[in-house]
Amino acid sequence: MFYRENGQFKSSYRADQQIFPIRQDRIFMLGLLAVAFVAVPALASNYFLQAIFIPFLILALAAIGLNILVGYCGQISIGSGAFMAVGAYAAWNFGVRIPAMPLVLQILLGGAFATIVGVIFGIPSLRIRGLYLAVATLAAQFFVDWAFLRIPYFTNYSSSGNVSVPALTAFGLPVQTPMQRYLFVLAFVLVFAVLAKNLVRGAIGRQWMAIRDMDVAASVIGIRPVYAKLTAFAVSSFIIGVAGALWAYIHLGSWEPLAFDLTRSLQLLFIVIIGGLGSIVGSFFGAAFMVLLPVFLTNVPHMFGLSLAVDTASHIEHMVFGALIVFFLIVEPHGLARLWSIGKEKLRIWPFPH
Amino acid sequence: MAFFLETLFGGLMTGMLYSLVALGFVLIFKASGVFNFAQGAMVLIAALSMARFSAWIPHWLGFESLILANILAFAVTAIFMWLIAIIIERFVLRYLVNQEGTTLLMATIGISYFLDGMGQLIFGSSVYTIDVGMPKDPAFILESVFEGGVLVSLEDLTAAVVAAALVAVLAFFFQYTSVGRALRAVADDHQAAQSIGIPLNRIWVVVWTVAGLAALVAGIVWGSKFGVQFTLSTAALRALPVVILGGLTSVPGAIIGGLIIGVGEKLSEVYLGPYVGGGIEIWFAYMLAMVFLLFRPQGLFGEKIIDRV
Repeated sequence: MFYRENGQFKSSYRADQQIFPIRQDRIFMLGLLAVAFVAVPALASNYFLQAIFIPFLILALAAIGLNILVGYCGQISIGSGAFMAVGAYAAWNFGVRIPAMPLVLQILLGGAFATIVGVIFGIPSLRIRGLYLAVATLAAQFFVDWAFLRIPYFTNYSSSGNVSVPALTAFGLPVQTPMQRYLFVLAFVLVFAVLAKNLVRGAIGRQWMAIRDMDVAASVIGIRPVYAKLTAFAVSSFIIGVAGALWAYIHLGSWEPLAFDLTRSLQLLFIVIIGGLGSIVGSFFGAAFMVLLPVFLTNVPHMFGLSLAVDTASHIEHMVFGALIVFFLIVEPHGLARLWSIGKEKLRIWPFPH
Repeated sequence: MAFFLETLFGGLMTGMLYSLVALGFVLIFKASGVFNFAQGAMVLIAALSMARFSAWIPHWLGFESLILANILAFAVTAIFMWLIAIIIERFVLRYLVNQEGTTLLMATIGISYFLDGMGQLIFGSSVYTIDVGMPKDPAFILESVFEGGVLVSLEDLTAAVVAAALVAVLAFFFQYTSVGRALRAVADDHQAAQSIGIPLNRIWVVVWTVAGLAALVAGIVWGSKFGVQFTLSTAALRALPVVILGGLTSVPGAIIGGLIIGVGEKLSEVYLGPYVGGGIEIWFAYMLAMVFLLFRPQGLFGEKIIDRV
């Protein structure tokens, strides 16, 4: 009843092509931003900020990066944890070796290094396709895991590969309390989400989608597969690298290569699939699902007054997690983003049936 | 030279073990187009079940014989794998027919989480042993050719023989039984197979059971060698480069690929490892597979990929 575009006439191409063409969407988005920037930091406790909101935002950012590669360009990657690791360790190395370097620049340079590694491991995608490529990307995962464990230079000769960051400041402001860190991450995520959305709406995004839908046909109509695939790898690993640096700097504080192992890669892939392939908003839904599910699973037995042994509980959690993933794939293979758009369509005609 | 041969034999035998796990992948992919990431979890759960039942059954029934216990445990585990196959077909595959490869891959990752949790919930998560009486002592061969001979682990040799036997049995099963023929028909074309009356659902149960049995054999061999513990489920990750190197759709490819990866891994670890800090075998296998794929994108024996617009 309230959500429809009647009477909203567009008199320029610019107005027609904006990200949110419906006024109600724009108002909703502004409200959401106000909540995210003002209400959440003001109301949420430190636990909520640290355990839910910060990981949610960073995982959503990483998922946006992976979605560009998997959802928009159709190149399955199971090695995204590796690019997070490269971003984290590269940023950290800049921080340690050039102490005067500003925080934001460290993080962006971490992303730049992840881009280089991403493009190198993206080269096989020019020959190898589909599931073969998915397995081949595991090479990146294992190689990077190994490199950060075995090559002491990368961890500045710390004995166990465990590194930590000092107190952070950005633009002269401290980034230390959970609230400050939350706002710092939120600013990053907002910028990159808008950037990604605009990229996939633009010429390059259309090229990626053409390659995804059928690469032979795309090259016939004049899209260069080499350029399209490698830019997808580059952009995707840049964003994932930045997310990795944020994950390490803001969320973990001190970490070891294990923080970015295969489990992390699979988690990202889950987020992308459950959220919805080829959807920026889906990355946020997927990340929220992935962050809330374990919290939910650990707390449900307590609500019913059950007390389980720690290892039994963790095994049951594993089972429920696996079963839920299968369940979601069965009921909505196109992800939560599809449910979102179905809901919106329904809302437009509500309360009428057609 | 003797040392090189030792490494080479060691590599070949590890390669046979990889082939065992890879076989499970190939069987399922051929018959249902599912890239089964859960194969490692199936190896783990089969090995856990084997280890626990071979300890439990003598305790329950009150006898001592190790051989009888192993046989009974094998039978019980085989039934267990069959039940898992039925459950997977009934509750997962049936609903995901005709979905994209990625979705199916994700579903099997979900299955692998489920099986990992279930296996450890039912059977416990400590380290267990499987004792099927594999010879533990090393032997020396070719003593007349080289001074001191070449050291060969009899355990590895047994494992390699078992793997080879399993492959032979599977080849026979595929080639000469009616179920095998139906399997090949399904692998060729789902729709055509269905239209001449081959029940797809039952075929899938059969395939997942056979893959479960391959996982069981792999689990017994790996488990008696390294002990049954959670790391067994990473066995699948060691076998993945084998699968893509050999070609996702080829049984001989899984064997040859396994041998190539096994040998390449061992040789690289021994001759290249010391220069770069060791522990390179896991990524080296992937790199090796990737280099092969650059020249043959469909794997060594995979079906040729033909692009049509």
